[in-house]
Amino acid sequence: MSKTENNMSLAGEPPAKLNVGQKIASAIGLLGLFILVLAIVNVNFPHKTLWLSLSFGLITLGTILFAYKTYAHKTPGIKNDGVWFKSMTNRGFWAWVTGIGLTFFYVILYWYPQYLGLHENADNTGIIALFDPLSYLINGGAASQWFVYGTLYTLAIFIFGYKFILKYKHNKYEVLRTFSVMFFQLAFAFLLPEILVRLNQPYFNPANIWPLNYDFFAGYKLNSFFSAGTLGTIMFAIGVLSVFVISPILTYKYGKRWYCSWVCGCGGMAETAGDPYRHLSDKSLFAWKVERWVIHSVLVFATVMTIAVVYSFLGENSAKFWLTKDVFLWMSTGFLTLLFAGLMLFKRQELAKDAKYGAIGYLVVILFIIALNYFSGNSKIFFFPGYKLREWYGFLIGAAFSGVIGVGFYPIFGNRVWCRFGCPMAAILGMQQRLFSKFRITTNGGQCISCGNCSTYCEMGIDVRAYAQKGENIVRSSCVGCGICAAVCPRGVLKLENDSLDGRINSQEVLLGNDVDLMDLVNQKSK
Amino acid sequence: MEHIVIIGNGIAGITCARHIRKNSNKKITVISAESDYFFSRTALMYVYMGHMQWRHLKPYEDWFWKKNKIALKNAYVEQIDFEQKTLHFSSKETMIYDKLVLATGSVYNKFGWDGEDLDGVQGLVSKQDLELLEKNTKKCQQAVIIGGGLIGVELAEMLSTRNINVKFLIREEAFWHNILPLQDAKFISAHIKSHGIDLQENTEIQKIKAGKNNRVEAVETKEREEIKCDLVGLCAGVKPNIAFLKNTSLELDRGILVDEFLATNIPAVYAIGDCAQVKNPLPHRKSIEAVWYVGRMMGETLAQTLTGNKMPYKPGNWFNSAKFFDIEYQTYGKVSPTENSEEKHLHWEHANKTKAITIAFNPENEEFLGINTFGIRMRHAVFDAWLNQKASLNMVLRNLESANFDPEFYKTYEKEIFRNFQQDLTAKTF
Repeated sequence: MSKTENNMSLAGEPPAKLNVGQKIASAIGLLGLFILVLAIVNVNFPHKTLWLSLSFGLITLGTILFAYKTYAHKTPGIKNDGVWFKSMTNRGFWAWVTGIGLTFFYVILYWYPQYLGLHENADNTGIIALFDPLSYLINGGAASQWFVYGTLYTLAIFIFGYKFILKYKHNKYEVLRTFSVMFFQLAFAFLLPEILVRLNQPYFNPANIWPLNYDFFAGYKLNSFFSAGTLGTIMFAIGVLSVFVISPILTYKYGKRWYCSWVCGCGGMAETAGDPYRHLSDKSLFAWKVERWVIHSVLVFATVMTIAVVYSFLGENSAKFWLTKDVFLWMSTGFLTLLFAGLMLFKRQELAKDAKYGAIGYLVVILFIIALNYFSGNSKIFFFPGYKLREWYGFLIGAAFSGVIGVGFYPIFGNRVWCRFGCPMAAILGMQQRLFSKFRITTNGGQCISCGNCSTYCEMGIDVRAYAQKGENIVRSSCVGCGICAAVCPRGVLKLENDSLDGRINSQEVLLGNDVDLMDLVNQKSK
Repeated sequence: MEHIVIIGNGIAGITCARHIRKNSNKKITVISAESDYFFSRTALMYVYMGHMQWRHLKPYEDWFWKKNKIALKNAYVEQIDFEQKTLHFSSKETMIYDKLVLATGSVYNKFGWDGEDLDGVQGLVSKQDLELLEKNTKKCQQAVIIGGGLIGVELAEMLSTRNINVKFLIREEAFWHNILPLQDAKFISAHIKSHGIDLQENTEIQKIKAGKNNRVEAVETKEREEIKCDLVGLCAGVKPNIAFLKNTSLELDRGILVDEFLATNIPAVYAIGDCAQVKNPLPHRKSIEAVWYVGRMMGETLAQTLTGNKMPYKPGNWFNSAKFFDIEYQTYGKVSPTENSEEKHLHWEHANKTKAITIAFNPENEEFLGINTFGIRMRHAVFDAWLNQKASLNMVLRNLESANFDPEFYKTYEKEIFRNFQQDLTAKTF
């Protein structure tokens, strides 16, 4: 006789509840967070170093313990059990609490830093004062709201990165790229610029590339580079080379993933802290249409804004410096026209109809503005001063879009809203990835069973299945190469690859496995 | 305009409808009583486990069907009048067709056991089965799964995500040994057990016992062992869903008999997918193949015939795939469950027990016959080409790495596999 074991746990329930270990871990983490909240409401801690360390220690310990209690006892493999049952990951109560909390934080951070304790001509108070000792240690000055933000951001990428690595311990691609984003966040985005500031050099993060770094060509930035001697010039050169040489080469070889899921700080946050929300992205065709219009509009906005600020930075006397306002405008016009003509000449077939219309439309707009300005005299640019345009860009795109919506809304719209709909850098890399890159996601013959795991867990809202079930490689400008579609595929159908350009975009109506004649017949027709 | 009616909106029926639409302007109606829209049956488990929601199972957005003028009708066909070319629905409505495609799929097997119709006893094939499972497992603590196939192991994984104890009873001496060679089967058995599933080999059941309210209370095995349980999963295979076609002029055996053009004995009536039984299957294929890929391929082929390009059903090399908890399985070509004089096996297992490969070859001419691969992804196109050109075992072993489809940076084992097989080949005389 075998006996049924009486299980004391509430069996048969969806796995939506936290286990005891996870609850304790959450409590520890929240305690650490609570210290920061106390600081925000102006509890003036003595021994700030001690309290900040304690806070970080508790947050780190809590998250690591939580991750450990969630994944460590499980066998390597896909860990999506109960994702759609949990309040936090299914737009439930806790998701909204988190989303609204984060959004408030961003609003205060961007527009009301005084509530965090930032004071002009006076010592910091509140949470910013709590970070003063760390700030003095690293950059030699008092903390700012951005220092606080940068520190917390880096901490988040590390602790949630650890969680992500545990979750995907079986997948070396995921593990490696997580180490990569951790490294670039800590070394390039956090420490390097702060140390440069300590050494009285310009603030510079080489991993933050124009146009994501929309300020790179702003007048105050250019002044800071050019007044910093050789080092400043080198920084400027690196920035320009990144845009025009380094990024195109890497994107050609590896696709935009080299940046978006290996280097970028926004991507780093999305892939670590944002990972539990990746399935919330909208996969509808409608969302894709919106995406293309919005992201390319932001790119045009960024380009126009940048041309404007550089234009207002430059002088008119060619005797002083060869690059004058006029020369710059002609160069910009020329460059864009060449780029566009090249695209139309060599890649006309690969551009979908509406992409072509969009490109034509946008180019006309840019040229129109430049022409209008050029022929209307140089007193004002683009109808109003260039710096105004940058301010508006900073407010709308830099702060509201990338920060408040981009991260604040993780638990509601998914973790890559900014990267998908807003990032102008992603737009440029994406265009190149679509047209001039060896990268693609290969589908494995006829093995797809249309289960939909790939589409569900695509953070960029790509309907991966739509391609896989047709045996078609996935060549999409928005793909950031996170590799999760390939990881969650239960039948080994998807593989991220860099391979030759020939046959990169293919379409097969009849898949491998069937009558060879039928495959030829139908696939010829569909081409 | 010719009206083609397809009964069944699974992968076979829907693939057929899509391809008819691609090649013609014919009127198409797809009928299903199971769901309003096509969904991926193979993904039912992921809804129960919380990986996906029902809407994610639909490969096409709902607007797709109207846009492509494929009419969908949610109705249950009770009877078909082949003389009058008329369908009779349970709602008493009727529909007239010019051509009829039967793609009615499978139902799970029952063997006439005592108690197999009790509450809490069910299989897992349809959307309704999934909904029933959700109800049946509300307060479930102990489940018994009968039959060791792909649905059985999926059900075991599903239930284990809800902390339900699972006893998994299989007739074979190791999991799926009716398909897998013994070493592969034992390898998977061990993996299933490592996930806390109480897998009991060589076990058959005698009857299912009722408790209160006509609900299952226990299962009794042939060895008279009684296992208390709140749920019994009937997972001993599926059979064609053709009960409503019995006693008609349609020629039936285990499934609906079709010729090489997927046509039945009645003119203008065809059958594809799980419900079809091919009268003279190709030498390397079975007469009924209830797998996703076959449904799709039959749909692709029949659509050609129905749009004026008469075409026989000629599936190529066999391939299939599955996932057993964390271990992915792919197979290409022929790997029989037992060796014989014309088929010998080479088997390799990684020390961590999550990767294995079995290669079948003909010892007389050293021709490569097929491969089972576990935990290592392989390229379909490469193996298909090797099988077509009747590649030698040696050639396949030497070039195994070119077939690897694992993600980047994964450790590769081809060298180890190659060394291992070389040793086996020299040590043994086949």
